Amino acid sequence: MNTGNSSRRQFLLSSVSGLSSVLLALRLPAILAAQEHAQRAAESDQPAQFEFFSPEEAVEIDAVAAQIIPSDDAPGARQAHVVYFIDRALGTFDRDKQPAYRQGLKDLRNRTQEIVPSANRFSSLTPAQQIQVLTAIEKTEFFELVRVHTIIGFLAKPEYGGNRDQVGWKLIGFEDQMTFDPPFGYYDGEYNKGR
Amino acid sequence: MNQKVMTKSEDKSPVDFVVVGAGGAGGVVAKELSTAGFRVVVLEQGPYFREQDFDHDELKSKDVYDSPFIGREVLTNDHSLQPNTFRKMEREKAVPTAFAQYGRCVGGGTVHFTGNYWRFHEIDFAERSRWGAVQGTGLADWPITYADLEPYYTKAEWELGISGLAGANPFDPPRSKPYPLPPLPVKSSGVLLERGARKLGWHPYPAPMAILSKPYEGRSACKHCGFCEAFGCEWGAKSSTLASVIPMAEKTGRCEIRPNSYVRKISTDKNGRVDGVLYFDAQKQEHLQKAKAVVVCANGAETPRLLLMSKSNLHPHGLANSSGLVGKFFMVDLASLTLGTFEHPLNEFKSVQVTRVVQDFYDSDPRRGFYGGGGIDARFDFYPIGFALNGLPPDVPRWGAGFKKALKENFNRTVTVLTHTTCLPLESNTITLDPEAKDAWGLPALRITYKSHPDDFKTMSFFRDRSLDLLEASGAITKWAFPIEDATAARHLMGTCRMGTDPKSSVVDKYHRSHDVPNLFIVDGSSFVTSGRNQPTCTIQALAYRAADHIIRMAKRGSIASSVLS
Repeated sequence: MNTGNSSRRQFLLSSVSGLSSVLLALRLPAILAAQEHAQRAAESDQPAQFEFFSPEEAVEIDAVAAQIIPSDDAPGARQAHVVYFIDRALGTFDRDKQPAYRQGLKDLRNRTQEIVPSANRFSSLTPAQQIQVLTAIEKTEFFELVRVHTIIGFLAKPEYGGNRDQVGWKLIGFEDQMTFDPPFGYYDGEYNKGR
Repeated sequence: MNQKVMTKSEDKSPVDFVVVGAGGAGGVVAKELSTAGFRVVVLEQGPYFREQDFDHDELKSKDVYDSPFIGREVLTNDHSLQPNTFRKMEREKAVPTAFAQYGRCVGGGTVHFTGNYWRFHEIDFAERSRWGAVQGTGLADWPITYADLEPYYTKAEWELGISGLAGANPFDPPRSKPYPLPPLPVKSSGVLLERGARKLGWHPYPAPMAILSKPYEGRSACKHCGFCEAFGCEWGAKSSTLASVIPMAEKTGRCEIRPNSYVRKISTDKNGRVDGVLYFDAQKQEHLQKAKAVVVCANGAETPRLLLMSKSNLHPHGLANSSGLVGKFFMVDLASLTLGTFEHPLNEFKSVQVTRVVQDFYDSDPRRGFYGGGGIDARFDFYPIGFALNGLPPDVPRWGAGFKKALKENFNRTVTVLTHTTCLPLESNTITLDPEAKDAWGLPALRITYKSHPDDFKTMSFFRDRSLDLLEASGAITKWAFPIEDATAARHLMGTCRMGTDPKSSVVDKYHRSHDVPNLFIVDGSSFVTSGRNQPTCTIQALAYRAADHIIRMAKRGSIASSVLS
């Protein structure tokens, strides 16, 4: 995966080789299945069921995601339902990442207990302790996997189960529309005023 | 993965022309030949998408270069089925790398391209004469001049539908006609480029784009949805061959576009002349399509691969390869990328990517001390996910409150300055057949050997520095550049069947007829002798119009079948 100082070209390369070990390309039907799954869950009155995570695991991943994109005056990963996106990803197009999550969750629990011996769940730590634990694992493949999944779940089309109510898009100011009219931004608005 | 050929259906009567590849060149050639009265079959390895098949889903396919992809390549070649191998030098072993990326559908790369539509300048055809030799390179003049190609540039612009403003770029070569459509509305990135460039004494101008600024020939104007680069246009406003000339070709009733048809060999008769094309259909069943002549428009990587796979007793080194130059002088898209942030919201996610360009540094300049030139555009080169993963300044935290804050503040305030620079032709940069790796049809994988010339790096660095100057002059709050390094992927595939007058030093003549085989024509990026300034589509299509014009004349006077082989 790219780091702050890796170049775009390296990223392009990793996106098709290295990254494929993080997010393996699968077939379109699997993606469509994920969308359908999300659609059904959204239409149902029942709270969405997890396909891959146990409820306890979902709470842990939700807590990690909520530190990657925290909630403040604007919604974060939690309100975006990133954990549902990840669950669906692991049940469909990223099925091969299931072992990485199972192992990663175990490791997370161990690191949590190393750092805060009295705790047995990451999600029960204080925010400061959670940041401490994640800082300790931020170079691991598991953290990178959850980080990338969280970002995708925050900004992908809501049909995939995350980015609920488009909270990710609203945060960054993106709108998905079929048409826009000029002026598009501040500077072209000013430019055209002068003509 | 070796697939057994199950049946072989043979069409006994040959068509006049088989065109291999329905892309930027193939679409044009098919339209020209069929409207001139010839029977044409176009074999396209990819599917036949329609506007309703396209979408705004950044996650769905690997076609979006900067994003973490969950799907496969859809509009572009699928490396899981067609692996590439890559090495920098001949003595190395090539390893699997998704290096060559090209459009793999009806319309080819013109379906997903950004739409930059730059003519070459006069100098592009004569740089060897004007600049002199560059040690260790195959820098050469083209056998044609800008004036030879000008009528076909004009034809391409008017038939496909190009938006732009003639006369606005003082460095533009002469043109016989203005653009058919006015420029698209300027975006904030364009205004900022214009502001900075003027301050520096440069000459910004409205970008010529293959996207309709007004309705044209029954097609819709651009609605500014913003999903041009790496996406197919849902409005039919992008002037792909899919939206423009391919429907005209089909309307003649003489042109059949046959999608999902993967050509594995061009067959030849006992005289060494081309007599048809062997291809696999979607079920991997093999067919022979007979033809009186073949036009290969399969792109700068697949064209040489196909010729090399088409060897026979009379063509032991591959078809059209008596010079040994098929696959050599491979050139790619070189670039520099810098980013800046600005005070006010830009909303760059709306509308077409590029609205202003600068070509003040197009020509090579001896005072710089190295060969090379290019052009500069300003755009926002990201969609949301790709931006969050790759578009933030290097000092921003990768997660947590600081990450979220930067994401929120920067997405709508970031501009990318992308430059498009020369790539010198080196004989050691090649497309060959991998001796071991195979594709999903059991055919040899595309093997790429590529390393840029030192002057190419100097050119990229020069353009990175000019981009930083530009961002500074535009009033950027922060600015940073991606490091200059060699290509690890290529989308503009050029030079591998170069055009020339001498059969010993080129593959096709100035009419795109192969020197070796009189009824085999090759027109696409492979015909390029030099790279231009890394915006090849306009010239590929002008060449295709010109080649078709000459092919039609030759066919009508019965000279295609005449043998030049002994």
